[in-house]
Amino acid sequence: MNATIAADLPEETSGRRPAPAKEVVTLDEHIVEIVSDSGEGAQRCGQSLGAIAAKMGNGVWTVEIIPAEIQPPARSIAGASGNRIRLGARAITNGGDEADMVVAFNEQVLLGRVRDGELKPGCTILLESMWREHRDAGIRQAYVDTYDRLIGDGYNVIEIPMETECLKIVSDARRGKNMFALGMLCSIYSLDPSLGREQVAYALRKKDRRVIEANQRLLDAGFEWAEQNLEFKYSIPAIKATELQIVTNGNTSLALGVLASGMEICAMYPITPATSVSHYLSDVFEKVGGLVHQAEDEIAAATFALGASYAGKCAVTVTSGPGYSLKQEAIGLAVMAEIPMVVINVQRGGPSTGQPTKAEQGDLLTVCYGSHGDAPKVVLAPSGIEDCFYSVITARKIAETFNMVVVVLSDASLATAQTSFPRPEFDEEWLAPPIDQSPVPVDSKPYDWDEFTGLFRRFTPGQPHGMHTVTGLAHDRNSRVAYDPETNEEGLRHRSLKLIALQKTLTTAPVFGDEEGDMLLIGWGSTKGAIEEAVVRLRAEGYRVSSLHLTFLQPMPSGVGKVMKRFRRVMTIENNWSDRLQDDLVDEDNRRFSALAWMLRARFLVDIDCWSESRGRPLKPGAICQEIRSRLADLTEDDA
Amino acid sequence: MTSNATNRLVRMYEEHHALEDYQGGVPRWCNGCGDNAILAAVQRLCRDEDLRPEKTVFVSGIGCSSRFPHYMKTYGFHGIHGRALPIAQGIKMARPDLHVFVNTGDGDNCSIGTAHWIHAIRYNMNMTMILHDNRIYGLTKKQVSPTSPLGTKSNTTPRGAYLEALNPLTVTLGVQNVSFVAQAVDWIPEVLYQIVSAAFHHQGFSFVRVIQRCPEFLPRMFDALVNDTQRTQLLIHEDGIQPSAAIGRLYRNQLQHDPADIDRAREIASVEDPVPIGILYRDPAVPCYEVIRNAALQRTPEMVRAGLESEFDKFTVWPEGQQPAA
Repeated sequence: MNATIAADLPEETSGRRPAPAKEVVTLDEHIVEIVSDSGEGAQRCGQSLGAIAAKMGNGVWTVEIIPAEIQPPARSIAGASGNRIRLGARAITNGGDEADMVVAFNEQVLLGRVRDGELKPGCTILLESMWREHRDAGIRQAYVDTYDRLIGDGYNVIEIPMETECLKIVSDARRGKNMFALGMLCSIYSLDPSLGREQVAYALRKKDRRVIEANQRLLDAGFEWAEQNLEFKYSIPAIKATELQIVTNGNTSLALGVLASGMEICAMYPITPATSVSHYLSDVFEKVGGLVHQAEDEIAAATFALGASYAGKCAVTVTSGPGYSLKQEAIGLAVMAEIPMVVINVQRGGPSTGQPTKAEQGDLLTVCYGSHGDAPKVVLAPSGIEDCFYSVITARKIAETFNMVVVVLSDASLATAQTSFPRPEFDEEWLAPPIDQSPVPVDSKPYDWDEFTGLFRRFTPGQPHGMHTVTGLAHDRNSRVAYDPETNEEGLRHRSLKLIALQKTLTTAPVFGDEEGDMLLIGWGSTKGAIEEAVVRLRAEGYRVSSLHLTFLQPMPSGVGKVMKRFRRVMTIENNWSDRLQDDLVDEDNRRFSALAWMLRARFLVDIDCWSESRGRPLKPGAICQEIRSRLADLTEDDA
Repeated sequence: MTSNATNRLVRMYEEHHALEDYQGGVPRWCNGCGDNAILAAVQRLCRDEDLRPEKTVFVSGIGCSSRFPHYMKTYGFHGIHGRALPIAQGIKMARPDLHVFVNTGDGDNCSIGTAHWIHAIRYNMNMTMILHDNRIYGLTKKQVSPTSPLGTKSNTTPRGAYLEALNPLTVTLGVQNVSFVAQAVDWIPEVLYQIVSAAFHHQGFSFVRVIQRCPEFLPRMFDALVNDTQRTQLLIHEDGIQPSAAIGRLYRNQLQHDPADIDRAREIASVEDPVPIGILYRDPAVPCYEVIRNAALQRTPEMVRAGLESEFDKFTVWPEGQQPAA
């Protein structure tokens, strides 16, 4: 549903007054949020703004603000739904710090953002004013109280009669206010309103033409209202793109990666925040000869994928934390039988059901060490939205080359965030080769492990003379069940060697910043943008800080240990839990570290510290900077 | 490529298999275990149908029954407890050209894997499933199973099973999309073979429950059934099983039953004494999931490239004037 058309439509806004002259302030970057009750279209408004700005040549990163429920009660603090859009005169790699400006359709959803500390002090708030005149005295009072409080807290609140203005155009303003807001924002950021109209037509392309036109009129009205009534206007210079860019979110990028990897089968079970990967795949996979199978449960999804992989078509299963836990036994079987499989885990807050719509990097240790017994598997974590695409292609290749399970660890902060990146150029090398159906030399062994690398040539059904039964039981080179000590260790050794062999092919990630200094920050996965932005800011302030970002978590590339030795201190920055030393009972002997810090400490015997948050949202560069400044102040004191 | 083609031509002439072409490792089942009879019937089926061993896959879960693939000389997948069916479905979806069989037990299928059983009936993928039902857990040493009769003494029910047994036939016949349901007993090999053969020839998901003796843990349980031929009831029909004269003379308790009649099938299934043997239900018209999902489609790199490029087009930020016409 979108705007419905009222009887008394004003004609084209051709007879408009000239807008008052205002100073256009040039900005390097700006963060704006649009928040509303669920169903009022703030997300579409935000996504459209991001798309328009990207077309204008701005760097863009959008973050969805998602309530956990489908229809939370109206005007509730926890019900905030919308979008954060960070616009820049340069490439933007993360959602940034606190917002500079907010458009709010009611004051209660706004309070949720205030409570969460998402607004900058003095932030400009463009607030729907209809509640001041509401027929319900309680609502009127809540609005006035909140308004007064916000003013008292120093926010720059500008009341805007969005409802009244929209009702001049449509009969149900609730369905069209988002486009009015989009128009205002186009004016505020000096974005071309004709690009706005194009974007509306695209976003509503499946709707009736009259609906599109009504929404375009709302957009124009919002633009015009802001031109006439707001006293400020910004401009964010464009960057000239040298190559074609595409704009997607992380989950779409993963799904495009599945298409490009040559995989043909995705078996899944719905789970937030991973499901939209499968939604998009379901829409497009069949036109390239693939299919999405929604299985009866997570275990069936994993074992279905495993069956398909076994039969020669390396398959993917897509899930999030709770689903990953359920798949672990099947993953262990794939490890033991040495059948390739790709598992995408779009992490969310845990443990248990945790925070389904919120961001966290809580599954690293589970995916590296999970499934009982020694179950070596490859783990890689895309460091951004572009990387989501390429990581799936890499995952499929490694899975089939090494006959291993490859886990791709994304998370909720990439899942729905959008940005632009260079349009990939198709390469036939990405695709899986045809299934080998050639006869196997007579008396070949199905697990003819190479002594050096642990690798072997897998026989798939259809290959004459290759018949054997794969099993999750301990087995010898003929895949015969065997419990003797030598055979057991032989299998364990070769499965482990494959990880070692892969490790030998990995190159060390380059250090971001100088090769040596006072502090090295190490991150993994989705936090790369925020960490590197923090490093840039800190270095500008004179701090000798660098960062290293790991995409391969298992195996880990060589050289990490050497890089660490060139810094006086090393710490990981992660979006997961670590015990805080301020807690009275926590000390160096019992402290539980963040996941990557555990892994690095164990491997490199270096006293690595960590800083982490588990606030269910992407890490903010400002918060990292603040922490590092205080840590480096310690260091200075140590030196004295 | 040439050698492949040559190989195929040569194979057309030489393709003829004997029983030993399907005989894998020596079975490690107990003496007198009903699994041996099922293995014999299935190996005979493979020979009679001249199935290419490399095109045939036996999939199993965990339990005594699930050792089955190791004793075949085809491809095999000995999976994890309860999950044989989704593994088999993945195989069939990826490779509709393969013959897929599933061997599972009453614990594997009717307890830990129950969800997959129900949904396998819905998917109706073209494969043959044999439920080796000995009404007890064997590999873990005598625990009660969902199909153990009320009062069965086991290591976890030393004073007797507390609950009525689950009836796998009525459950299967109660699920939408059911397309083939049959029951056999291990001690009438001729009928067992006929049923397995009919199941193999059915296009869709064939569910065969084989009541199977466990001489180790329930040595007396099946005596009455084996000794009193009146307690098995042969379902006979021109579209079902037609017993030989010798079997007909021995098993005189017979019932004419048309496998197309689902209401009657449900009535027959709900009677446990006498035990019905034969084809309870068959509907070849139920569509197979792998056909609905077009699993046999051969994709080309060109399809992937074209599809991917058109998707990239959707997400591209086109500079002014470069947007391609929709």
